[in-house]
Amino acid sequence: MFAEFLQYLFAGVTTGAIYALVALGFTLVYNASHVINFAQGEFIMIGGMATLAFMAMGLPMPLAIAMAILLAAVLGALLHRLAIATARQADVVTLIIITIGAAIFLRGIAQVIWGKEYHALPSFSERASIEVMGAVMYTQSLWVLGIATVLVLVLALFFKRTLLGKAILATCMNKQAARLMGVRIQFVVMLAFTLAAILGAVAGAVAAPITLTSYDIGIMLGLKGFVAAAIGGLGSGVGAVVGGLLLGIAEAMTAGYISSDYKDAVAFLLILVILLFMPRGLFGSRVAERV
Amino acid sequence: MRLSMPSKMPGLPVLVLVLLLVPIILNDEFYLDIATQMALIAATVVGLNLLVGYAGQVSLGHAAFFAMGAYGSAILTGTYGWTPVPALLCAALLVATLAWLVGRPILRLKGHYLSMATLGLGIIIAIVINNEGWLTGGPDGIPVQPLSLMGFELSIFDEYHLFGLVISGTHAWYALAGVLLVLAVWIAQNLIDSPIGRALRAVHGSEVAARTVGVDTSHYKLLIFVISAVYASVMGSFFAHYTGFITPQLATFEHSIELITMVVLGGMGSTYGVIIGAVLLLLLPQLLTDFHEYEMMMFGLILMLTMIFMPKGLLPTLSALVKRHWPAGVRSSGPEG
Repeated sequence: MFAEFLQYLFAGVTTGAIYALVALGFTLVYNASHVINFAQGEFIMIGGMATLAFMAMGLPMPLAIAMAILLAAVLGALLHRLAIATARQADVVTLIIITIGAAIFLRGIAQVIWGKEYHALPSFSERASIEVMGAVMYTQSLWVLGIATVLVLVLALFFKRTLLGKAILATCMNKQAARLMGVRIQFVVMLAFTLAAILGAVAGAVAAPITLTSYDIGIMLGLKGFVAAAIGGLGSGVGAVVGGLLLGIAEAMTAGYISSDYKDAVAFLLILVILLFMPRGLFGSRVAERV
Repeated sequence: MRLSMPSKMPGLPVLVLVLLLVPIILNDEFYLDIATQMALIAATVVGLNLLVGYAGQVSLGHAAFFAMGAYGSAILTGTYGWTPVPALLCAALLVATLAWLVGRPILRLKGHYLSMATLGLGIIIAIVINNEGWLTGGPDGIPVQPLSLMGFELSIFDEYHLFGLVISGTHAWYALAGVLLVLAVWIAQNLIDSPIGRALRAVHGSEVAARTVGVDTSHYKLLIFVISAVYASVMGSFFAHYTGFITPQLATFEHSIELITMVVLGGMGSTYGVIIGAVLLLLLPQLLTDFHEYEMMMFGLILMLTMIFMPKGLLPTLSALVKRHWPAGVRSSGPEG
C-alpha cells in the first residue's frame, strides 16, 4: 500500500523535476521578453535525440550530452537572433506564432535527419534500480533529481551573484530603466533564450533513458512545462519549480490511482482550475499586466 | 484605419465572383473537393478572426470547438438517429454553453489568460474524444451520415437535377460551402459594423479608454468568444457531414495552431485576409506532396519567414504596399489631377 504510493511519488517527482526545468526555461524567456516560447519543447527533443546521434558517431556519453547541449544553446541563440530580434517590432501574438513556426521547423528537421522512431538512451549508471522501502527507484531518477537540483541552485546563484544575472532581472522588472543603466536589452533577451534552450536540452538528455525520445516528444513535454510555469505563476522562478513538481506528482497519482488514459489531461485540467480560482498562479504576484 | 477598412471594400462581390469562377476554371472533382474543404475551414477562420482581430484575444483551442461540432453531429445523427439540422443546432448550443462557462470568469482578467484556458480546454476535449471510444469511436474515428433536410439528402456520391441541369454531388456540396462562406463573411462584416464591433475595436485600441467611456469590455469579449466558438462548431458539423468520416485528428492542438496561423498569416482583423490565409495554408500540403518528408520543415519555415517579414499578415502588408506605390491621388482623379 505505502510502497505503491512511494512508487508513484518517485515517478512523479522525477517527471516533475523535468517539467520544472522546462518551466524555468519558459519563465526565463517570458520575463526577458514577454514571449511564450513554444519552441521550448523542441530543445528537450534535441537534448535527447542529439545525444543519441553523437553517441552513434562514437562519442562517449558525457561528451555526446555536452555536444547536444552546445547544439541546443547555439540553436536557442539563433532562434532569438534570426527570428525574434529581426521581428521585434511585431505584436507579442506574432512573436508567439514565430516561436510556434520555429518549433514546427525544428521538429521537421529532426524528422528528416533522425526519422520517426522512438529511441532510448542507456541509463547513466550501471545499476538500473535500487529498492527503497519496498518501492523500486530507478537510479536514473536520482540522476534527474540531482542534476535538476544543481541546475536550479546554479541558476539561483547566477541571478543573485553575477552582474549578468542581475542584468536579466533588471530587464524583467523595467526594460526602459535597465536600458538607461546600460543593459543591452537584446543581448539579455538572447541570453535568456540560450539559457532556456540549455535547460531544455539538459532535461531532454537526462530524461531520455526513462521516457524514451523521438522527434515529436517536444510538443507534449513543452506544453506541460508551460502549464507548470503557469501553475507557478508565469514569471516566477520558485513558482516554476513548485509548479513542475506539483504537476509531476499529480500526474503520477492520477495514472496510478485513477486512470492512466487521463494522465495527460491532468496538466490541462490543472491549468483551467488555476485560471478559474487563482489566475496569477501560486507565486505570480509580480505579473500584473501593465496598461 | 486598418480595422475599419474592410467594410468599405467591395470585398463581398469579389468573394462571390471568385467562388463562382473556381468551378469553371478548375472543373475537376479533386480540386472541387479541396475547394469545398477550404471554404468550410475559411468560414471557421473568419469566425476566429473576430476574436483575434477585434477582441485581441487568442484561442489555442478552436479546433476542439470545431471537433465538438463535428462529433456532436456525427453522434446525434448516427447513434441517436436525429436529423442533421437539430443535431447541428444542439452541438452548437453545447459549444456555446461551454465557451460561455469558460470565457465568463477568464475574460474578466486582462492579459493572455484566454489563450491558456483554451489551450487547456482544447487538449482535454481532444483527450476525451480519443479515450471515450464507446461514444466517439476512439482513435479510429467515426462515420457520419450525409447531410439531409426534410428528406432531401445531399451526398457527394449522388447526382441532382435542377432546372434540367445535372449537378454532381461534389458540385452541390461546393455550392453549399460557398454559400456558407459568403454567409459567414456577411455576418462577420455586420457584426464588425454593429455597435458590438465598434465597442470591440475600442477594446482593441485601448481597453482603459473603452472602459472609461462606459463600454463593458469583458461582456463584449465574452460575446465575441462565444460567437467565434459557434462559428467553429457549425462549420465542424458541416465538415463532418461533407467528409462522411471524422477522426480525433480534428481536435488536436496542432489543428488549433493551424487555424490561428491562418488568421495571423492572412492578417489579423482583415476578414478577406484570413480567407487568403486559410486558402494558402491548406494549399501548402498539396504543393508539397512531392516533398512529403520535408512538409513539416517547410511548413514551419514558411510560417516563421512570413511572420518575421510580414508581421501584419499578407493582405494588410500587400495593401499597404499598394497604397505606398499608388497614393490616393493617383487612384481617384482628384482636383490636383
